[in-house]
Amino acid sequence: MNLFTIASRSIRQRLLSSSLTMLSMAMGVTLVVAVLAIFGVVQKSFDANATLGYNVVVGAKGGKLQLTLNSVFYLSQPIENVPYEYYLEFKTQEFRFQEYQGSYSFKAIRQQHATRQTLAVSTLSSSGPLGGLMGLVADTTLQNEMDTMFPWNRPGKYKAYSNFVIPLCLGDYFGPYRVVGTTSDMFELLYHGSTAEDSYVMQGDGRNIENFSEQHGYFEAVVGSIVARDRNVKLGDIINPSHGSEEGDSHATEFTVVGILEPTGTPNDRAVFINMEGFYRMSDHAKPLENEDPYGADQQGHKMTDSDYRLPVEKREVTAMLVNMDPIFSVGVENAINEGPVAQAVYPVLEIRRLLDVFVTPVKVLLLVLTVMICVVSGLSILISIYNSMNERRGEIAVLRALGARRLTVYGIVSLESLILSVVGGLFGFLIGHGLIAMSSPFVEARTGVQLGFFDFAPPLPIAIPYLNQLSPEILLIPGLIILAIVVGFIPAYSAYRTDVAKSLGK
Amino acid sequence: MLSITNLKKTFTQPDGATLPILDIPKFEVAAGEQVVLIGRSGGGKTTLLHNIAGITKIDSGKIVFDGLPLQTLSQEMRDRFRATNMGYVFQTFNLLPAFTAIENVMLGMAFAKGKTDQKFAQSLLDRVGLKDRSGHQPAMMSVGEQQRVAVARALANRPRLLLADEPTANIDPANQQSIVDLIKESCEEFDIALILVTHTMEVANQFSRIDRLEDINQLAARAEEVIS
Repeated sequence: MNLFTIASRSIRQRLLSSSLTMLSMAMGVTLVVAVLAIFGVVQKSFDANATLGYNVVVGAKGGKLQLTLNSVFYLSQPIENVPYEYYLEFKTQEFRFQEYQGSYSFKAIRQQHATRQTLAVSTLSSSGPLGGLMGLVADTTLQNEMDTMFPWNRPGKYKAYSNFVIPLCLGDYFGPYRVVGTTSDMFELLYHGSTAEDSYVMQGDGRNIENFSEQHGYFEAVVGSIVARDRNVKLGDIINPSHGSEEGDSHATEFTVVGILEPTGTPNDRAVFINMEGFYRMSDHAKPLENEDPYGADQQGHKMTDSDYRLPVEKREVTAMLVNMDPIFSVGVENAINEGPVAQAVYPVLEIRRLLDVFVTPVKVLLLVLTVMICVVSGLSILISIYNSMNERRGEIAVLRALGARRLTVYGIVSLESLILSVVGGLFGFLIGHGLIAMSSPFVEARTGVQLGFFDFAPPLPIAIPYLNQLSPEILLIPGLIILAIVVGFIPAYSAYRTDVAKSLGK
Repeated sequence: MLSITNLKKTFTQPDGATLPILDIPKFEVAAGEQVVLIGRSGGGKTTLLHNIAGITKIDSGKIVFDGLPLQTLSQEMRDRFRATNMGYVFQTFNLLPAFTAIENVMLGMAFAKGKTDQKFAQSLLDRVGLKDRSGHQPAMMSVGEQQRVAVARALANRPRLLLADEPTANIDPANQQSIVDLIKESCEEFDIALILVTHTMEVANQFSRIDRLEDINQLAARAEEVIS
């Protein structure tokens, strides 16, 4: 027979009143848990979507947040484009060589080289064999030295520091959804969850876009799950992106849907992905140049749909690049890019964190304050409940005192009642809250990609208090409830402490 | 064992006026002695029991229990002393409704010793004739049975003194005698001194020592003179 038994018996004696009081506290705590969980999902969702296999986004100079929003979340408008050659700075020498072959600069150098060879042969015939030979050797040496300076003869300057890069070409729409020109790497190297095991999966017989397929050439598309559902898109359907905006003119170029993504909970569910080569071949997508193709007479007769036609590097642009950068070098490379005149590099996680700190965290704090207020009101209901019961219990307390219970003992019994009502109610609220979280898990995961389980706790709050900022705020609920119980239990407990035994004791 | 000398007790009324209630020059009870206290209502019998139990503090005088002056003890010490040395049977039983019969008995042990002896509690219930009712709550028992539980509770800490305040007042005549017998026999069996307050002469006459409050309390005597 200890104080806990006495207190719990007293609670049981007033079962209805005690249950309602505990329910009130449970609802308060459920709300706190729900608010924390909702913001936890928001935070995890943003964090997870900002780290899907890449850690740096490179794009045109401008707002860092804007670059993050339009390249990671397909929100807002793209700032500008960066030259395709900048994208090639992240690629191998072999790839660059292949890409530069169709460029104006490559053709110009090739033409210069042919001219020099013609001059050398003519010198050989006019200045004798020795002089001609020396001239030829000197020219070859000069050319070799010059060759190392040509961009196609070296690897990209950021290649050594990055594992891969995914180009994004934005600007077109399919209905309200973004059309993204990219490569097949998008779904081969990136993933949609928190680990690399969450690779992209296509629905049914769908497949990834190919850089060039016999059947559809450069004009293949993969559609996000929400787009497919909303626009009733099926495999084999034809898509005509509209230019510039949802209301823009539709391009004549047709893309065949070859894959529909399984739901990922990422912004990719709300986008259409097309082959980057196909993107460039749509009307008005090639960058106009002042002296159009001065050395490319051999390309004049080609159509944009020809497979052997390569749009010159100079006429290509990318909107952004998702880069998997070696973390050791990422700060140095970021500085190098940002100090240059062309592009900027941003850490999407950092930008999202700043966005959350500025806009989401204050709302979260406000809601938390409100929910904590609800808990305090629930605490007051405990106070009222126990205090109101004091009049009818004064006789019982007097009996306890007459049996030898000390004043502090009855104070402890009443405080313990408050503690039990508060903590048990809180635990119920905790269980209900996490039960609701577990129940809503499939829905939340489908919408945001964030996996929730019964035992998932809210992430720590961004507060500048050591230790506390490493703990889930849900853990803090326990001491919070205990303190609340002690505070609200004080008045009835003190009333019990002050009970006049002689007056309250039935004869 | 119990010696009261020059005990004075006054209550303050709501209007601020003082109401002297007890003025006892001398009152003694020997160990194991059984005393019946009779007197008119409002004469201060219950107040005297509360003073002896340390529930209310006296204004002046001495209450010495086995050589220990109780009036010098703090509230906490009086509570502890009461729990370990005295048993109290109330007119209205004062059982706690949320607890079973045996738990009500053990409550007294919990506050006195910090631990309970369920076996002894059960033996007390057996002793008061409630062998099979130990798991019953007060609401499930008759008034006579409830008072039996109250007696068992008062005996739970093997007290030296049992204070019984009109223990038969709320009990039907058929049960009154059994309760008196129970208290009387239990006190004899466990060598407990008894101060029993009653208005019923049939009850009082069963005890060898009957004290009229008017004989020991000077204030009550004066009041009686005024009335007469």
